[in-house]
Amino acid sequence: MLGYDVSWAAFNIVEVMSSSKFTYKRIGYLAASQCFHEGTDVIMLTTNQIRKDLSSPNQYDTGVALTGLSCFVTPDLARDLANDIMTLMSHTKPYIRKKAVLIMYKVFLKYPESLRPAFPRLKEKLEDPDPGVQSAAVNVICELARRNPKNYLSLAPLFFKLMTSSTNNWVLIKIIKLFGALTPLEPRLGKKLIEPLTNLIHSTSAMSLLYECVNTVIAVLISLSSGMPNHSASIQLCVQKLRILIEDSDQNLKYLGLLAMSKILKTHPKSVQSHKDLILQCLDDKDESIRLRALDLLYGMVSKKNLMEIVKKLMLHVDKAEGTTYRDELLTKIIDICSQSNYQYITNFEWYISILVELTRLEGTRHGHLIASQMLDVAIRVKAIRGFAVAQMATLLDNAHLLTGNTQRNGICEVLYAAAWICGEFSEHLEDPMQTLEAMLRPKVATLPGHIQAVYVQNAAKLFATVLQKHEGETDSQVAQETSQLLIERLPLFVQSANLEVQERASCIIQLVKYIQKLQQKNVEVADEVTALFAGELNPVAPKAQKKVPIPEGLDLDAWINEPPSESESEDEKPKSKAVFAKEEPKHSRRHTEVDEKELARRREVRKQEQANNPFYIKASPSSQKVFDAPGVEHIPVVQIDLSVPLKVPGMPMSDQYVKLEEERRQKDKADKKKKDKKKKREKRGKGRKADSGPESEEDITPAQQVDIVTEEMPENALPSDDDDKDPNDPHKALDIDLDKPLADSEKLPVRTHRPEVLKSPAEDRENESIPQESKKKSSKEKKEKKKDKEKDRKRSKEEKKKKKKHKEVEEELMESQPEEAVQSEDTKEMAVPPTSAEEVTAPSSTAAVDTSSAAAAESEPDEPKDTEPEDTKSSKHKKKKQKKEKEEKEKKKKKRHHHHHHHRHHSDGGGEDSVQNGTVEDEEPLPPMSNYSLLAENSYIKMVYDIQGNHQDESKVVVSVIFENKSDSFLKSMEFNVLDSLNSKLQRPDGAGPHDGLTVPFQLPPGVSNEARFVFTVQSIVMPQKLKGTLTFIVKSEESSTHEKLDFKLHFTCTSYLITTPCYSDAYAKLLESGDLKGSSLRLEGVNMPFHHLLARICFHHHFSGALTSQRSL
Amino acid sequence: MKGHDSSDLARERDASVHVTGLLTSAFTAISHKAHARGNECNINFKMQFMLLFSRQGKLRLQKWYVPLSDVQKKKISREVIQMVLARKPKMCSFLEWRDLKIVYKRYASLYFCCAVEDQENELITLEIIHRYVELLDKYFGSVCELDIIFNFEKAYYILDEFILGGEAQETSKKNVLKAIEQADMLQEEAETPRSVLEEIGLT
Repeated sequence: MLGYDVSWAAFNIVEVMSSSKFTYKRIGYLAASQCFHEGTDVIMLTTNQIRKDLSSPNQYDTGVALTGLSCFVTPDLARDLANDIMTLMSHTKPYIRKKAVLIMYKVFLKYPESLRPAFPRLKEKLEDPDPGVQSAAVNVICELARRNPKNYLSLAPLFFKLMTSSTNNWVLIKIIKLFGALTPLEPRLGKKLIEPLTNLIHSTSAMSLLYECVNTVIAVLISLSSGMPNHSASIQLCVQKLRILIEDSDQNLKYLGLLAMSKILKTHPKSVQSHKDLILQCLDDKDESIRLRALDLLYGMVSKKNLMEIVKKLMLHVDKAEGTTYRDELLTKIIDICSQSNYQYITNFEWYISILVELTRLEGTRHGHLIASQMLDVAIRVKAIRGFAVAQMATLLDNAHLLTGNTQRNGICEVLYAAAWICGEFSEHLEDPMQTLEAMLRPKVATLPGHIQAVYVQNAAKLFATVLQKHEGETDSQVAQETSQLLIERLPLFVQSANLEVQERASCIIQLVKYIQKLQQKNVEVADEVTALFAGELNPVAPKAQKKVPIPEGLDLDAWINEPPSESESEDEKPKSKAVFAKEEPKHSRRHTEVDEKELARRREVRKQEQANNPFYIKASPSSQKVFDAPGVEHIPVVQIDLSVPLKVPGMPMSDQYVKLEEERRQKDKADKKKKDKKKKREKRGKGRKADSGPESEEDITPAQQVDIVTEEMPENALPSDDDDKDPNDPHKALDIDLDKPLADSEKLPVRTHRPEVLKSPAEDRENESIPQESKKKSSKEKKEKKKDKEKDRKRSKEEKKKKKKHKEVEEELMESQPEEAVQSEDTKEMAVPPTSAEEVTAPSSTAAVDTSSAAAAESEPDEPKDTEPEDTKSSKHKKKKQKKEKEEKEKKKKKRHHHHHHHRHHSDGGGEDSVQNGTVEDEEPLPPMSNYSLLAENSYIKMVYDIQGNHQDESKVVVSVIFENKSDSFLKSMEFNVLDSLNSKLQRPDGAGPHDGLTVPFQLPPGVSNEARFVFTVQSIVMPQKLKGTLTFIVKSEESSTHEKLDFKLHFTCTSYLITTPCYSDAYAKLLESGDLKGSSLRLEGVNMPFHHLLARICFHHHFSGALTSQRSL
Repeated sequence: MKGHDSSDLARERDASVHVTGLLTSAFTAISHKAHARGNECNINFKMQFMLLFSRQGKLRLQKWYVPLSDVQKKKISREVIQMVLARKPKMCSFLEWRDLKIVYKRYASLYFCCAVEDQENELITLEIIHRYVELLDKYFGSVCELDIIFNFEKAYYILDEFILGGEAQETSKKNVLKAIEQADMLQEEAETPRSVLEEIGLT
């Protein structure tokens, strides 16, 4: 705190927190919220104190505790306090409700199992009378939904209603953001959204809301992807509005405008392009971050026409730019812009080369290699430009001192690497090779980095060959001899180089030259032979090329597990030896291997032998071998790869003339390509499109290097995982997403319903076993689970997909039939009503999640379904499902049913009957908040189901939760709930109300909607069962008329309804077991044909007994 | 919770400038733009942490909505402070940092700086900062850096009433101040009688 370490005071803070004085308590919680983190060990001491404060009568005590808690919630605290906080969500004071709702989000994050039980109440808070609480609930649900949109699709109609009705900007922003997350999952939602959003954009004066709307519209349009014509208007609108933002003098708005603009750019580049002027203007902005944003935009705005203009402008900025970071950014952007999609927009490559050369003048840039690779790429791909490029490079080499001048950092001198290589490789274009050769052998070169010197040496040899070639015909052999002399004089400098590569090459070449000199003196013609050393053409290699290498006949790829195809080839072919060498210096594989051949023949021979004899050698580096071996595979005559080239850009030059050239060249090269492919390619090329890269890759058989393979495969791996519906990611994601995960999992979980809190995990295990095979033991089961994990994952993802589809359907219906609660039909059965109807997604499984008080339990749950699933085939499951539904509650094999159930969930989420089933399952829910609802009363307008729960805080009170469901087509309002009190049980009424006054139900019910209200009763004696008579009065309002109706009911308070679940800890439980009193087998019940433990479970559920009893079954 | 030593404070006093003057000018600009309606409602937004620091880079208040160890906190705040201080006055208030967005605003000699998640609305975040400054201003009556230095706990209380767990819980200034006032009163009430009792008990 304040920069001091106060960890020593942690315990004292806890002491202060527990002070009864508000002053100290406040300070204590403040200190705790500042200093505690998950690793603080004293946190666990605070649990009870916090619980006490949460239930304090003073709202500020509670508030302070909640605030503090929000900063240091740990999973343990979350688990222990979840229930208390949930209770606070229905606190009488909005001040507390608001905080409780917000903090619930933190609890969900730490303890995802709490989400299911708490969600109904949270949803209820969306309609809280207090706007603060309401928007807190919107906040939390939106936050949840954004992380895992698919689970909340069913809420879309509700939010849609809120969005169109709310005038609250803060809430609107959140909801709109949420919709942005939902639309990718449900495109129809997007269509529906466009209109209200554009209306908002038109009407709102709040910039933040406007910005949010624009962002969401963009997201929606992206998800609609097909770019429907009628939406061009909304895009135009967005762009216009953004333009206003960008033109604003406020830097913040400008920045955001550009940011949003770049999103539009991806899908609708045309509409952005019209604002080029504005964006170019932003390049002059004082703020660097704005300039960077503008640069991003430029990338998408270039066309053949304006490329030169834009780049010219950028070059100006490069000159002006002060910071190196910004200048480097500019440089990379220029190169990106020019090289994008195979230089699609460049019409004049001479221009581009000169731009690159100009860029080399930048001092201290880190991107020398980038420029270098561009130079190489262009020079190799664009044949027509080589003459020009070589001339430019020769100049560069000549002026090398300018580049290397003061900057020792290897930044820009990388360019020399490219220059030297280009001059050497295409030396036939050089006007004065002698001069260039001389430039390359200057003593100053020795100060360059090793890899560049190596290229110098190598290419000096190439130049030497060219010079010889040029002058050999002449009678006067003076020049050639002078050249040899020059080399012999200068090369020793390199032989002394510290860099092995340089040394090796130099000494190799110097011997070669000496030999040649001898021959020259004898007037032997050597030029042809020397040139032959460097003969052949280098082609760019497509990234996919490696894959396309046909498997040679007789090679069985599957025969040897450890023997990669290229290896076997390589072993009997020469190239292998080259490859070995090249591997060491991959950058110059081709030429220098050949040159070295002579010098290193002996060494190579040895190595070859080694390789041949040693299988491990080959295995160790199969891929690198592949790379170099493949060329030797006869497909390509001389060609080997220059690694640096293919790395950069696959494909070919774009302008048509170059395309033709390329084609010729390529045809020469490959003998074995299929003609069909070629045709296709040509067609494509004929269209003058850049689509070449695809076809080319097929044509060019030249092997790709390792790196390409890697990059190739990456995307492929990535794609499937995307398709997997996130599932693979789920387990790995951070807490946020874990949150959702319970939802998805729980979908499967309903099985577990009757397991109450504490000991459930063994119980579950047992249950699993009981169905498939009673004899299985836990441990074996666990193993099984592990094995099946993968399988399960796969399944789950499938199921989720299905579910998604279902969702969509549901969604559709909803969207068409106005926002209505999704599952009204759900409640048709008596027992089985989930607290609020609409959360079909969550409700069924919530039960399962609730009882898991330990993480272990949670883990074991998802596995359960799996165990049994394999046994029935899907179709049979389906049938059984249906039958079971009909059978109602009497099913004996709960287990199976659960599974079906769970399946069912996935197959048909929206179905009314399903939800009923889910409901029944839910009945058995052990936790107070979710327990069994039974029918209270029903008529043609309304149905009431109720549940009675004990109150942890105050044992003299019970809470009756009643769910009202509107069954009619009319609006129900002014509901009043009244009960005739008995001596023992009294309905708690607000202060000032008479003993016979009814309580107003705090909501109205639109047709088909259900909602839950809670009523508190004070109870004198809990050993007296009670029946209370009561009446519900309400007004039915239809279009024409409104009538007053009433419904009588009887509330049954059984003694067990007063019971409160209390965990039975393991030691106590163990004693019970030891005593031998608990034995299922010792019991025989007549006339009951369900297994004892099922019966027991049932009893426990309906009468609030704790789960310790049920778990006994397993032992 | 140690206070600052005296020499430190003296320096601070020199450096501190009244924030309020700026409140009227710089802020109104944003608040006008940021939202026209929706005064009394909830903001939604996920904040990772909030820092207040002086132009000299001295941390005045820090609130973390993600649990981190002290070492991490220190590292992050040092990094963020450095970045923000390097910004020039005419630059926009948003920074991309790691996978978060830093939204900052300078009020006189104090920088208010929030880190929010990537998807959050930057303008709303600015609005929140502004709200908080307004709240401080109302509570202290023309707030200045010294107020925050000497009454840092109050500043925290106000922040806690305003933002809970990284979500703005109450945007109504009135409600926040009311809650704070009542809590303060409770505190005073609790203090006076008790101290008397204690004295009696002691004597």
